[in-house]
Amino acid sequence: MTAPLPGYLLEVAGLRTAFHTRAGAVRAVDGVDVIVRRGECLGVVGESGSGKSVTFASVMGLIRPPGQIEAGTVRFDGQDLRTLSPRQMRAIRGRDIAMTMQDALTALNPALTVGEQISEVLEAHDEGLPRRGPARRRAITDRAVEMLRLVGIPSPTERLRQYPHEFSGGMRQRMMIAIALSSRPKLLIADEPTTALDVTIQAQVLELIADIRAKLGMSVVLITHDLAVVAEHCDRVMVMYAGEVVEEGPTQAVIGDPRHPYTKGLLASIPRPALRGEKIHPITGQVPELINLPEQCRFHSRCPEAGLGCLARIHMQSSGPGRKARCIRLHDGGEAHG
Amino acid sequence: MSLTKLVERLVQLVPVLLGVSVIVFLMMAMTPGDPVQIMIGDQNVSAAQEAQLRHDLGLDRPAYERLALFIGHAATGNFGESFYYKRPVAQVIAERLPATIELSVVALLIALMTAIPLGVLAAVKKNSVLDKLATVGSLLGVSLPGFWFGILLLMLFAVQLHILPVSGRMGFATSIKPITGFLLIDTLLRGDPAAFLDALKHILLPAITLGLPMTAVLMRVTRTSMLEVLRQDYITFAEAKGLSRTRILIRHALKNALIPTVSVAAIETGSLLGGNMIVETVFGWPGLGRLVVDSIFVRDYPLVQAAVLLYAVTYVLLNFVADILYTFLNPRVKL
Repeated sequence: MTAPLPGYLLEVAGLRTAFHTRAGAVRAVDGVDVIVRRGECLGVVGESGSGKSVTFASVMGLIRPPGQIEAGTVRFDGQDLRTLSPRQMRAIRGRDIAMTMQDALTALNPALTVGEQISEVLEAHDEGLPRRGPARRRAITDRAVEMLRLVGIPSPTERLRQYPHEFSGGMRQRMMIAIALSSRPKLLIADEPTTALDVTIQAQVLELIADIRAKLGMSVVLITHDLAVVAEHCDRVMVMYAGEVVEEGPTQAVIGDPRHPYTKGLLASIPRPALRGEKIHPITGQVPELINLPEQCRFHSRCPEAGLGCLARIHMQSSGPGRKARCIRLHDGGEAHG
Repeated sequence: MSLTKLVERLVQLVPVLLGVSVIVFLMMAMTPGDPVQIMIGDQNVSAAQEAQLRHDLGLDRPAYERLALFIGHAATGNFGESFYYKRPVAQVIAERLPATIELSVVALLIALMTAIPLGVLAAVKKNSVLDKLATVGSLLGVSLPGFWFGILLLMLFAVQLHILPVSGRMGFATSIKPITGFLLIDTLLRGDPAAFLDALKHILLPAITLGLPMTAVLMRVTRTSMLEVLRQDYITFAEAKGLSRTRILIRHALKNALIPTVSVAAIETGSLLGGNMIVETVFGWPGLGRLVVDSIFVRDYPLVQAAVLLYAVTYVLLNFVADILYTFLNPRVKL
C-alpha cells in the first residue's frame, strides 16, 4: 500500500440515483458521499443491489433511462462533472476516469480485434500523438503494444490482430485492464475485477492492478463483495447497504473493529481456516426492496441489535479517527437516543 | 474458408437441384392444358399434323421418359428449345436476365439503404414518434400485396402527377446499344446522361414496389438486433472509454447488429425472385419474371423448367453468400 497523496481526487456528495419503474422509483443510490484521495485505493463493499456499481456508474455519467441521477455533486479533479456537457464528459471518461467491468467476455466487443478496441481509446483521447498519417498509426500501435506488455500479455504485436474469443479468461481480463489504462487515467474504477475469474487468476489480476497503480500513481476504486480482497489491497473501505453508505474508514480499523452491525455481520459470515469446524454466521433475512423505503435504518429488519430508536432517520456519525458509521448505537451501550 | 468447404457446399447443391427439377417437371405435367392445343389455337390442323407436332416436341413420350431426358440434358447444360420462341431456352433466358438482375439489384440497394438507417434510428429513438411510424410503415410494407401497391404508385406518380413513366425499361424515343445489358450501366458507358435519367425514371417505381416488403422486414430485423446489442456490456464499456456516440453506434453496435440483418437480407433477396414475376407483370418490365409468367400461360415446358431451375440455383447461392458474409462480420464463426 502506498501512502495517499494529499488532496481529494474524487468527492461525491449527496448522490441520489433512482430507476423509475412501473412499480415506483427504485432508489438504488440514496444520498451517498464518497471521497477518493490521490493515489489511494478505496474498497467498496456490499452485496448485490447495495448500489455500489450504480454509484460509480453515476460518477462516470453512464446512467441510462429509466435511471436518473436526481441529486448530488460529483467533483473530480476540481470540476463538477454533473455540470459538464455530454461532450466534455466524454473527454473525461476513458481519459481521466477509466472503468473495468465484471466480465471481460461481455465487456469486450466480439466483432472487433483487441487492437482496434485499445487503439480507439488512444484515438479518442491522446493529444500527444502525431496528427495524422503513418506516423500516427505507428505511434498508436506502439502504445497499444506497450500497454499489452504492461499487463503481461505475451507476444503483444501478434495478439493485437486477434479477437477477444481467442484469449483465455485471465488474458481477457488483462486485456480489458490494458484498454482501461491505455490513456493513463487518474482514477480507475474496477467493478468486481475478479468475480468472473478462478482463484489463482484473481490474485494475478489484483497484483497487476496494485502494480500498475504504484507505477502510474493513479487512484483505484475497487468494487467487490470480497472483504479479503479489500483487506489486502485497499487503503480505505466503504461498506454499502441498500443504497446507503453504512460504514467507512481506514481498512485495518474497519475490518479489525467493525462498528456497524452490517459490517460485523459481513465479517462473521466469512469462512476462516482458524475457525474450522465452527458454524459460519450468515446475516439472516433479505435486503429490503428499494421502492418506497420508510425513513429508518435500512438494516434494522435484519439487525441483531435493533431497537425502537432505529425507526428514525439515521445519519452517518464519527465512529473513531477518520471513520464513520450509520448506526444509532455507536456511542451508547445499547440505549437508543436520536 | 477452405477450398474443401467450398466444394462441399457446391456438392450439396446437386440434390437440391435434382429435387427442384423433379418437382417442377411434375407440376408442369399435372397442370391442365396442352401445349400442342395452345399452339394450334384456332387454326385448322389435321390429326396427323397434330400428332407430328406432338412428336416433334417430344410430348408423345411417357412422362417418366421425358423427365429422365430433361434431367439428363440439363446435367450437360442443354435445356432444349422453347416451344413458343423456337429458339434455345438458354438464349431466350439470357436475353431477359439482365433486366431482372438490374431491377433486383436496384430494389436490394433501395431496401438496404432505407432499412438499415431506419432500423438503427428506430432502435436508438425507441418509442419515439419516428419509431412508431417506422413500425406502422413496416407492417404496411409486409402486408401490402406488390401488385396492389405497384398499381397505387402508378396511379399516383404516372397517371396523376405525370412525373414517372408507366411501363418498360426506357421511353420509345430513347434507345441505346447494349454492352452489358444493364441499361443503367450501358447509358453511362455510352456517355448518354439523358438516357441514363430515362432508364432511372423507369426503374424507380418497379424497384420500390419490389423492394418494399424486403425493406420492411430488414428494418424490423435491424431494429430488433440493434436494441439487443445496445443492451450489451460492451456498449457500456465503449461508453466508459469516452468514444463518440457515432463511433459507438456504427463500429460497436451496428457491426454486431448487422449479423442477423445480413442473413435475412440474403434470404429475402431470394424472395425478390418471386416478387419479380408480379412486379414485372404490373410494370411491363421485360425481364425473366414476366417471361416465366408468359411461358406458364402458353405451357412452354422447357422454358419454365429451366427458369425455375435457375431460380433454385440463385436461391441456394444467395444463402451461400450469406454464410460467407456472416463469417466476415462475425469472427467467432468459421465456415
